[in-house]
Amino acid sequence: MAVDGASDYVVFDHVQKSYDGEELVVKDLNLNIAKGEFVTMLGPSGSGKTTCLMMLAGFESVTHGEIRLNGRPINNIPPHKRGIGMVFQNYALFPHMTVEENLAFPLSVRGMGRSEREQRVRNALDMVQMGEFGKRRPAQLSGGQQQRIALARALVFEPELVLMDEPLGALDKQLREHMQYEIKHLHERLGVSVVYVTHDQTEALTMSDRVAVFNHGVIQQLAPPADLYERPQNAFVAQFIGENNKLVGSVDAINGEVADVVLPGGERCQATVVNCEGVGKNTLLSIRPERVLVGDEAVSNATSATVKELIYLGDHIRARLDVYGNDEFIVKVPNKSNHAMLSVGSEVRVGWVTDDCRALDAA
Amino acid sequence: MRATAVRSLGFNKRKSRGFMSDQVMNSSGPMLAADGTPLKAKLARAERTQRIRAAVLVMPLFLFILITFIAPIFNMLYRSVENKIVTDTLPKTAAVIGEWDSGIDAVPDEAVFSAFAEDFKAAIAAREHTKLGSRLNYEKAGIASLFRKTGRRLKKFDFDQPLKPQFLAVDDKWGDTEIWQTIQQFAHPLTMGYYYAALDLEAGPDGVNLVAENQRQYLRLFWRTLWMSLLITGLCFSMAYPVAYLLSILPMKSSNLLMILVLLPFWTSLLARTSAWKVLLQREGVINETLVQLGFVATDNRLELINNTFGTITAMTHILLPFMILPLFSVMRTIPPSYVRAARSLGATEFTAFWRVYFPQTISGIGAGSILVFILSIGYYITPELVGGRTGVFISSRIAYHVLTSLNWGLAASLGSLLLIGVLVVYWLYDRIVGIDNVKLG
Repeated sequence: MAVDGASDYVVFDHVQKSYDGEELVVKDLNLNIAKGEFVTMLGPSGSGKTTCLMMLAGFESVTHGEIRLNGRPINNIPPHKRGIGMVFQNYALFPHMTVEENLAFPLSVRGMGRSEREQRVRNALDMVQMGEFGKRRPAQLSGGQQQRIALARALVFEPELVLMDEPLGALDKQLREHMQYEIKHLHERLGVSVVYVTHDQTEALTMSDRVAVFNHGVIQQLAPPADLYERPQNAFVAQFIGENNKLVGSVDAINGEVADVVLPGGERCQATVVNCEGVGKNTLLSIRPERVLVGDEAVSNATSATVKELIYLGDHIRARLDVYGNDEFIVKVPNKSNHAMLSVGSEVRVGWVTDDCRALDAA
Repeated sequence: MRATAVRSLGFNKRKSRGFMSDQVMNSSGPMLAADGTPLKAKLARAERTQRIRAAVLVMPLFLFILITFIAPIFNMLYRSVENKIVTDTLPKTAAVIGEWDSGIDAVPDEAVFSAFAEDFKAAIAAREHTKLGSRLNYEKAGIASLFRKTGRRLKKFDFDQPLKPQFLAVDDKWGDTEIWQTIQQFAHPLTMGYYYAALDLEAGPDGVNLVAENQRQYLRLFWRTLWMSLLITGLCFSMAYPVAYLLSILPMKSSNLLMILVLLPFWTSLLARTSAWKVLLQREGVINETLVQLGFVATDNRLELINNTFGTITAMTHILLPFMILPLFSVMRTIPPSYVRAARSLGATEFTAFWRVYFPQTISGIGAGSILVFILSIGYYITPELVGGRTGVFISSRIAYHVLTSLNWGLAASLGSLLLIGVLVVYWLYDRIVGIDNVKLG
């Protein structure tokens, strides 16, 4: 890995974690986070992502391995000396203090003088556009306002690393999307490093520089959002990020980047080799619904399919087809002028570019 | 500082409530329902059945409380000042004795004596005079025997002759100013006499004063009840806080087990628990025996652990502990661990995080537990009576004595009323300092 300090700001070095001594919640985690980077840990619940965050914050011990912050091992440093800002899922604003007192808390425990404290609290409140709310108590604020205060409190003592544990989970959809942009812009403006935990893939794709997809305590893929969506490395990532059509087949031959795959009905198609185990082995073909070509556009890898169901969604039409015996095959037909007209029960030609069909592990 | 912060929270709550009702008031003109009748009347009619049903459901409990709790309290308050025995038994005397001034004449004049003689004759006929005698005997020793003696001799009195000499001939005590002062003092249907007695005061010729040092007993008992209750509350708090904290952070399975241990005393009779302390603490008890066996204490120098202040405090702290643990636990359980974590991540040491973030949030539980334990212990009877000996009993023991043994219900009522007033004062103080809105019992 790179040795210059900037790209190794946070390092997880062969980190393992077990709660009961029988099962590993985090299995051999290696992750480098650069200074100023926004990294999201994404995964289903129980995948170990929150545990990783808690180990970084210092609330969970590390069973094996080492976590380094700015080149310094922090395994044995108590949380209050790590200087890491943190935003919690339920905001954890102290209910018996006003907003100002909440923000002043990290400053006063650092022994900062009154006038500087007040100045910083004011700046932090202005930063999140909550200037007039200083005298309120958390209970008198809405969810989104509490969220902003929690953010301001995690930033007010100017940490270089901020951890966020599903901070938007309790907000409604619209507010959540709005806050995603706000957090993203704050990150860009302040240049702090952010480690963000979520189980919402849209959130991860919207905000992150890189996303680490967790499952069963292992990082399945660590990549920028576009790569993650367009070039998933394995079946789990392909299914977890976005919508995905699955076809199971076995590899007949591999010619460089392209695999010839035989489907259960005897049909053949070509797919890009990504993560299949070799000739004669089963593989899972992954095709995104919006990459499936319909009607006259279907040239390569074309086959005929039966339309099972149509749902009109305005900007596109969602069609459920029977393709190669899989009747859960979804196709998104864009609602543009002279798009292919489908009707339930009819036969239609579908196909895809070999690049868009990825041969993955048969999980 | 913390207390004011909490109070201002309560204040805000009240203020916002007021604001809401203002809004309702401001709506202009009566709203009308679709059929033109006023909306309020319509609503009242629509909800009448529900309200009647609710009232019927609540009625049994309401009546029960009214009959067994509210009424007796008023009865007690009345009894503590009620004093009709003199006016009922000696109506004519009561009417004229007010004119007598003990500062001018040492003994009332003939008019009072003749009124008294007539009253007394009627009282003898009704067999009321001994009752009155023993009642007045609480106030002035010797009146009971004087009344009995005079009662036996009254039938020989010549009602046509001046009666004053005839009374004095029966007993010199009829010339005693204090006897007549007592009668005069109690010739009103209401009296503060019981309260004076309950506070070790006496109304003498020169106003209300403390009784002689060696006769004072109630003030000392009130004081002891107060400081021991405070001490027991403090001990309960210091022991319950860590236990409640442990209960709130342990995983469900182990916390349930621990909770059973906390609740176990609730499932055992109070008498059994107190007796168990007797077994443990007495001179030949488990603790002393063990200490003697281990050689820490000489056998002729065993520790006095029971029948004193120590015994009462030990046993009562144990018995009242769950009343502190439960409200604390119920408050602590609702404090998510993320608060302390947030404080730690913001740079607070473990102690600062506890003191500035965790502890203030438990104040409502501390308040609830303390007020509960204090109020319970201030009126506790059985336990101090059984393990308190002479130096460890509470005011409740004297109340019981006057109710059951001396039958001086007026004094018992005034002692009880003082206790009630004390509790109300504590409650008021608590509301001022912490705010009763912030009490959480579960």
